Amino acid sequence: MKKIRYAPASRVWITGTIVAAGIVFSPFAFPENAVQEPVNLAFTLADTIDRTKAQNSNEEKKRAAESKAAFADAYKVFMHPRCMNCHPSGDAPLQGDKSTIHTMNVQRGPDGKGLFAMKCKNCHQDANLEGEHLPPGIETWHLPTAQRPMVFQGKTPRQLAMGFKDSAFTGFKDIHRLVEHVETDHLVLHSFTYGTRPPLSHKDFVARVKEWIDKGAELPDK
Amino acid sequence: MIKLTVNGKSYELDLPSDMPVLWVIRDRLGLTGTKYGCGVAQCGACTVHMDGEAIRSCVTPVSRAAGKSIVTIEGLEPSLSKPLQEAWTEIDVPQCGYCQSGQIMAAAILIRDQPQPTDNDIDNAMAGNICRCCTYLRIRQAIHLASRLKSSNAMLSAI
Amino acid sequence: MEGLNSIGRRQFIRNTTLAAGGLIIPFKITPRNKTKAGAPELFFRPNAYLRVGSDDTVTIVLSHCEMGQGIWTSLSMLIAEELDADWKSVKAEHAPAAVEFYHTIYATQRTGGSTSLLSEFDRYRKAGATARQLLVQAAANRYKADVKNCRTENGQVIVGENRIRYGELVEEAMRLPVPGEVKLKEPADWKLIGKKVKRLDTPDKINGKAIFGIDVQFPGLLTAMVARAPIPGAKVKSYDASATKSVAGVRQVVQVPSGIAVLADDFWAAKKGRDKLKVEWVPGDGEKIDSDNLLAELKQRADKGGIVNNTSGDPDAALKRAAKIVEVEYYQPFLAHAPMEPVNCTVRLSKDKCEIWTGTQTQTDDQRAASEITGLPIENVFINTVFLGGSFGRRNITRSDFVREGVEVAKASGKLVKTVWTREDDIQGGMYRPAFLHRFKVGLDANGEPVAWKQVSVGQSVMTGGPFEKVAVINGVDMFSIEGMHNAPFVKGIKDQRIELNTPVWPVTVDNWRAVGLSHTIFAMESLTDELAHAAGKDPVEYRRMLYKQEPRLLNVLNIAAEKSGWGKQLPKGQGMGVTVFEAVQSYVALITELSVTKEKGVRVEKVTCAIDCGLPINPDGIVAQTEGSIAFGLSAALYSEITFKKGRVQQKNFYNYPMLRMNEMPDIEVHVVQSTEKPGGVGESSVGQIMSSLTNAIFAATGKRIRSLPVIHHSTSLI
Repeated sequence: MKKIRYAPASRVWITGTIVAAGIVFSPFAFPENAVQEPVNLAFTLADTIDRTKAQNSNEEKKRAAESKAAFADAYKVFMHPRCMNCHPSGDAPLQGDKSTIHTMNVQRGPDGKGLFAMKCKNCHQDANLEGEHLPPGIETWHLPTAQRPMVFQGKTPRQLAMGFKDSAFTGFKDIHRLVEHVETDHLVLHSFTYGTRPPLSHKDFVARVKEWIDKGAELPDK
Repeated sequence: MIKLTVNGKSYELDLPSDMPVLWVIRDRLGLTGTKYGCGVAQCGACTVHMDGEAIRSCVTPVSRAAGKSIVTIEGLEPSLSKPLQEAWTEIDVPQCGYCQSGQIMAAAILIRDQPQPTDNDIDNAMAGNICRCCTYLRIRQAIHLASRLKSSNAMLSAI
Repeated sequence: MEGLNSIGRRQFIRNTTLAAGGLIIPFKITPRNKTKAGAPELFFRPNAYLRVGSDDTVTIVLSHCEMGQGIWTSLSMLIAEELDADWKSVKAEHAPAAVEFYHTIYATQRTGGSTSLLSEFDRYRKAGATARQLLVQAAANRYKADVKNCRTENGQVIVGENRIRYGELVEEAMRLPVPGEVKLKEPADWKLIGKKVKRLDTPDKINGKAIFGIDVQFPGLLTAMVARAPIPGAKVKSYDASATKSVAGVRQVVQVPSGIAVLADDFWAAKKGRDKLKVEWVPGDGEKIDSDNLLAELKQRADKGGIVNNTSGDPDAALKRAAKIVEVEYYQPFLAHAPMEPVNCTVRLSKDKCEIWTGTQTQTDDQRAASEITGLPIENVFINTVFLGGSFGRRNITRSDFVREGVEVAKASGKLVKTVWTREDDIQGGMYRPAFLHRFKVGLDANGEPVAWKQVSVGQSVMTGGPFEKVAVINGVDMFSIEGMHNAPFVKGIKDQRIELNTPVWPVTVDNWRAVGLSHTIFAMESLTDELAHAAGKDPVEYRRMLYKQEPRLLNVLNIAAEKSGWGKQLPKGQGMGVTVFEAVQSYVALITELSVTKEKGVRVEKVTCAIDCGLPINPDGIVAQTEGSIAFGLSAALYSEITFKKGRVQQKNFYNYPMLRMNEMPDIEVHVVQSTEKPGGVGESSVGQIMSSLTNAIFAATGKRIRSLPVIHHSTSLI
């Protein structure tokens, strides 16, 4: 039988620190058959060197400020209930505009699709249902996996941006996959189709994420 | 026309595509063991299996069930129904009984996927099913018993 | 105490009997040898309550309905016991509506008040003993033996070496005259009563076969859904059904007194059709109901006082002399029943008869209602009671609302039709437990004993306008509004007291909800008792021991619960235990709740220890099951439940905003049933009220915060 160890939330930070130091080392066991994508060290290290060089350039300062500002806008979308509810800090999804813990004791489950008789798709359909308080839905409705829970909830802009730059957090080979994800992932797109909508349109949201990365993926100050 | 299989029997039915599976099986096929409790996926009384998952039939449009296999309380396979029904009888779980079909269909998935469920597993699997008579303690006991019965049945049939 | 009007449920029961003209229900013998059409076997039917088939089957005909409380089994046990039936051959079925099945106390066919066993204990045992005596006689005649030399066992008469199955004796027994008097077994000889007996209804309730009202099906049966007043008392001004009629499957739209009914081939078409219906309503007075003002109005009314029920001595003077004064008030909101099966009613109406299939607690009231609506004589109205998917009082409604509506829909449409309520209809369609405020000013002497008592209670009357008004509402005081308060053992002993009741008349429809008055009065009384103990500086259990020193049954359950729960043990910070002991429905219940209050999980009830003395325990496991259920039912309400109004509209709709206790929130419950030989008391409603105060008393112990209004969830942020 497959045994999954649930990674503690702090793992992300430990791994993140180690990555920045240029060493790939994961102190945590992963499922035997789980694929761990390699960390793109080139990106992180090169970026760090570039930034040091550019410290005194006004242009660079402006670019960095714009990068941070773009992230600040995108952050509002990431932390909006339509997005954050499925990126909770615990193992239960959140629901509603107040991001309360999903009723009925729903759990993430190892694959992010729920547990036993409480799988997400048992209630959430292939499309949103019309009618008050009926579950929204899309074919791929799920949470991040237990192995890589991609927690948004409780993160400051800086912490979240650090996460996005860490392939252990995102599971993406490089940060440009993040753009592809927010631009084309059906579940992301779907978040802009029901209930209280995120503060940016999907198009503007993608543009801000792109701008953040194109302008250096600067970490916000806080 | 929508084709679906219910309890192993194939049907081809002329139905509005948004009609929930619950009303197809109750009002069209006459299988009333599956119950209506809330209509909004809150109570679990309507739980049936679709391709092996415990779906809420009250919110599942029949269009999603097209070409799929539905199992209701009336057609639950004996390897699951037998231990569960034996345990439910032994513990005398039901009071009004209205929610119990849904409870058993949910429990069936649990003991299928987790042969020896812990109390925590039971919470995780069963908190979606409301019992207004609050027979929860007995449901919990019965699931533990059913899992024991299931493994001893499996052992017996292996011999 | 002189001048005190101390009517409790027991007195109420006596009064009811008197109101029925001292009616003793005739042990009426219905025609024997009645066989089912087409059924090959013969039936021996010595009375209305059972029949023995030539195939040995013993069918128990139940004058009460099965809604989960277990009478399917426990009433059958009474007959099977005296009949010495083979339990494996016993089946049960619901009785039709008929005078033979009148409640022996209420003089109407009714399941309610947790009185089924009390009603049937003698009648059903006698019915079984009568059948047994006739079967013995038949066997004795066959073998020319003396009945004294015959005995019975497991569905057989034993005459010497011969064992004769009851089924074989049916034909002979049918011809024998029914005896007037029969001898009942001595308790020492009981084989079923007092033993753990499995429920007879379990098998069909776990394989989908049990038929509830909503499951009734006939070829051509239509489903009706009614658009009802969105505000209590609103009337239809006009409606437009053109969009409704364009929905595939919708067959007819008719107006009925309760609203506009959409009839369709199935539930889904009826619902879609009703969603498209445009109805203009004239709101009326109901629009003024608003929960924002509710508590203020209850308080204003409490200031004004009400009709005096108890009065004795001079409580104001006594309060001046008191060593300590406790002045508090307790509030509880409106509550909905929300049985898992929303109400429904199937009606087949023809020129000369009206047949009804429904889950009901009030068969003969429903029969009368249908007779009134259709103009058919009572005997041409047939009530077929099916399993009730829970009720908690929703189907014990004084006005037969959903049956009346079902008959109206059938009458207006001319169709064979099942009127079904949705969950939203159920939560919003109002038959609510009334909101209540109980205000107290109590004086304690130096020892902490209450010596002065002033109380004003405010809330709508559930009995007014119903069949029991004459016996339950005395001089304007609905005894169920102050149930268990004015006649609480220690209150009766207070020389200086005054208890008043103010009864608002509002358009909100209120009715019986599990435990009726006790669902709010125990919370108030036992929260107060806890506060008195605290004021007196005494341990809550010790304090109650002092109050109930003359009440052996209360004292006994209190001591058992205290001992079994480990009352007094040291608990970590944030944990606490709370006690409640109270008599309800002729049963004595003590509950001790153990819980924790944390930032992460809020109030988490870990364990409830219960001791119950419900008189003779007929089916002990059934008592445990009902007690577990009623504790959790009360807990669910106390933690979460509230019906609120905004401009007359109920704001809750479904389980997402009228939440229920779920598996992961269910505490461990340990039930200790006292062995007693007293008359059977009620069980189904016995612990609903007690858990509420046991819970809040435990929260006080854990946090030092006293919750005086329910539900607890409103206080969750203030507790940590």
